[in-house]
Amino acid sequence: MLSSDCGRPDICNAKPHRFELENAMNILVSPQTAIALPQRPLVRIVIVGHVDHGKSTLIGRLLHETGSLPDGKLDSLKAVSARRGMPFEWSFLLDSLQTERDQGITIDTSQIRFRTPSRDILLIDAPGHAEFLRNMITGAAQADAAILIVDATEGVRDQTRRHGYLLHLLGVRQVAVVVNKMDRVDHDAGRFHDIEREISGYLNGLGVTPAAVIPISARHGDGVARRSPDIAWHEGPTVLEALDQFSPARHPLDLTLRMPVQAVYKFDERRIIAGRVESGRIAVGDEVRIMPGAKFAVVKSIEAWPVPNEARTPSEAGAGQSVGITLDRELFIERGNVLSPASAPASAGRSIRARVFWLDQAPLAVGTPLVVRLGTAETRGIVSAIDKAVDPGHLAPQAATTIGQNHVGEIEVSLAQALAGDPQAVNPFTGRIVLELDGRIAGGGLVLAIRSPEASQPQHGAARFGQAGESVAARVANLAPRFAALPPAGRLALLRDEIDGRIVFTTSFGIEDQAILHMINDRGLDIDVVTLDTGRLFPETYELWAQTERRFGRRIRAIYPRHDELERLVERQGINGFYASRDARMACCLVRKVEPLDRALNGARAWIVGLRADQSANRRDMGLITADAKRNLAKLSPLFDWTRDKVADFVSAHGVPINSLHAKGFVSIGCAPCTRALQPGEPERAGRWWWEDETKKECGLHDRAR
Amino acid sequence: MDRLDDLEAQSVFILREAFARLRKIALLWSLGKDSNVMIWLARKAFFGRVPFPVMHVDTGKKFPEMYAFREQYAEQWNLDLIVEHCPPLETVDPTLPPAARSAARKTEGLKLALAKHGFDGLIAGIRRDEEPTRAKERVFSPRGAEGIWDVRDQPPEFWNHFNASPPPGAHLRVHPILHWTEADIWKYTRREKIPIIPLYLSQNGKRYRSLGDADITSPVASSAATIDEIVEEVEATKVPERSGRAMDHESEDAFERLRTAGYL
Repeated sequence: MLSSDCGRPDICNAKPHRFELENAMNILVSPQTAIALPQRPLVRIVIVGHVDHGKSTLIGRLLHETGSLPDGKLDSLKAVSARRGMPFEWSFLLDSLQTERDQGITIDTSQIRFRTPSRDILLIDAPGHAEFLRNMITGAAQADAAILIVDATEGVRDQTRRHGYLLHLLGVRQVAVVVNKMDRVDHDAGRFHDIEREISGYLNGLGVTPAAVIPISARHGDGVARRSPDIAWHEGPTVLEALDQFSPARHPLDLTLRMPVQAVYKFDERRIIAGRVESGRIAVGDEVRIMPGAKFAVVKSIEAWPVPNEARTPSEAGAGQSVGITLDRELFIERGNVLSPASAPASAGRSIRARVFWLDQAPLAVGTPLVVRLGTAETRGIVSAIDKAVDPGHLAPQAATTIGQNHVGEIEVSLAQALAGDPQAVNPFTGRIVLELDGRIAGGGLVLAIRSPEASQPQHGAARFGQAGESVAARVANLAPRFAALPPAGRLALLRDEIDGRIVFTTSFGIEDQAILHMINDRGLDIDVVTLDTGRLFPETYELWAQTERRFGRRIRAIYPRHDELERLVERQGINGFYASRDARMACCLVRKVEPLDRALNGARAWIVGLRADQSANRRDMGLITADAKRNLAKLSPLFDWTRDKVADFVSAHGVPINSLHAKGFVSIGCAPCTRALQPGEPERAGRWWWEDETKKECGLHDRAR
Repeated sequence: MDRLDDLEAQSVFILREAFARLRKIALLWSLGKDSNVMIWLARKAFFGRVPFPVMHVDTGKKFPEMYAFREQYAEQWNLDLIVEHCPPLETVDPTLPPAARSAARKTEGLKLALAKHGFDGLIAGIRRDEEPTRAKERVFSPRGAEGIWDVRDQPPEFWNHFNASPPPGAHLRVHPILHWTEADIWKYTRREKIPIIPLYLSQNGKRYRSLGDADITSPVASSAATIDEIVEEVEATKVPERSGRAMDHESEDAFERLRTAGYL
């Protein structure tokens, strides 16, 4: 242990006692746990909730129960309280630690450390006063987990709800609720369960599931570090046990690569692109796409300093690392660009929809000019629409047309320049924006969508769909009820009637496609029939292709991958490289299917596909007729509401040939290496890319409808 | 990534943000362990070079070992070193207690240097765990025209988005190692083999835990003669790091007054 030893009497003698522990300490280390335990995770937590619901008392109690207080601190405070004739309060402890003399200082966040059995906890204090919400946000945004405190006598209050809502917007997903002052309601289980139901319901509605709801009395220590006979009916954890279950936030290595560019350095002959990998991994040899835009390059090196020796030069970097890379070609790249895999680029556009909180005194209104920051990019923008503007503290909020201070809402912002990022549901790290007003951060929130202006507002010329002045989305919305009322063949005929221009039907010779082809042929509709030959189809599929042409007496136009792209793909990942990772598989789908599809649909006004709603959870959201905003066309799935049995009955009744693999247990048939037969009871698309996550099994042909 | 990797990545990110977003910046080099780590991090961030000046605001009262260190490593690390001298004591607020008044010369020196060079950002090696008022700091911390820190009106800062637009006449303090602890600094110094001033190591049962002006900085009793022993010591201690810095302790609010007026 260190002791204070001034060694300079001229200075020390003035106030020798000031060298003692008395001096306020914002970081405390508990002495009995000083043995080196290198792998203890550090979890940053924040305690939020309505002011006066007992936060300081809980913190004081936690410090005491974990042995984190300086020796003698508690006794000296108790003595001071006794001298002043005041009952001792645990919150005095915190006040004294926070240099209570200066109220101006105690409003902001500060940090305190203590330990649970298996965790180091860094407690980031966040003020409960509504007027300091910006400080609460600054504190809570740094936290891995949160405790939301509710007073058992007062119940859920406006600031409880507001803080809960902000935890959701800030992306804090690990939340425990403590219901404090149980002693003041006679430890009544009924009262506790009422509050538990209310707050759990509120948080669940935001997509936040509390890890635990814990009845406590911080003042007496019940439920904090030990169970109390008074609350014996509670079967859940104590506060310390709940804290011990929280985990530090992990870097999202399993998400798709996103690396926002901070700067491009040319200090020497190297041209180093610097930035932090926000998600996924980047490796030498990877093909990356620079967003916004359509620039591609291959990663040539990962640079480091001090310069490592040849054998230890890094070849890969992952999420969380600040890196510098070089590329195989000179492209114009600037701060704000996002490096992503060639096969799975970030979204980009000049219109962003977001759910935001607002902190400035002046309400956020339609027409407010802002600076929008996303990743390392920033651009000017104007709020073009506001929806669902509410005070999240109110129980039954009324939607307003502007977003007031400390309120939330959904906004649409038109941007001066395109930004690259992702919807928050796709990537939380590149799916959040910050709003700046007059050079000062004034709000922030989650990205719901990033679009190009063509998709969000009708444009002139070729981008226009159908009759003059109507967007695809509006047209489709008008037509949808008429399509819903018709049988599949009638839908095909109606589409042909309504559309001026080319209609393309893409078939992969699945059972649904065969049924649709029969309907088109039967009615003699002027619809192009094309297939995408990936080069890796089953022999049985090619057999059926030839058989189908004979049966219907027509040529089915084949679209092939670009030979140069295909050669590069196979060169890069090997002939069966798609098994290596989802990104590799997506890269293969991109070259063999998605890019050829774009050519197949070039100039088309409508596209017909064989999707059915019950094929997978993903496809249920797609819709009978939808607008494909990216390609600016209407997309019809005439069999959308048919079951597989109904389709099977139809082809059987009309003697339409089908793939012989269907009889061997193959249901959804794609490329041979990536399709297997199903076991009884498996979902329909379980045989496609069976080694991947169920929810993401699409090749990229069918984007989800909005 | 272990804790040190995480800390390094975050600090490198902050340094690159400062370099990208501000017009003219300098890194404040106090010659102590923290600012040495910061220079090291800057060399990592910018692949071996520090692409902005490194400024020592010199009170003229540092330990001889500190001046020797400055001359040696400014050259070895190829730093663009600026040395600015502080004005005499008589120019400083006489109501401050003696040691604080002495330390406040640095604040005045800083103001003069800012005016002289027109920096809009100064990179400083303060840490949240050093001292309670520093715990309230932002990573990008705006200062008023007089260098004043308004703790009551700090803008929000989250998701690694920083307020980098100081009002005209004001500047930003950038704190790349705000989130490090004293133990982190020593562990990183050990891992990266960063040179230190030998005053930090115990001699005759005493060592300096924090280095400032020779006349107002005291050693603490310690037997830690290697960095390993320092790490062990600072992980176990309950004594504040700056206990040997006289100006922190002369009166309850001396250090706050220093900071509000623009001290580091």
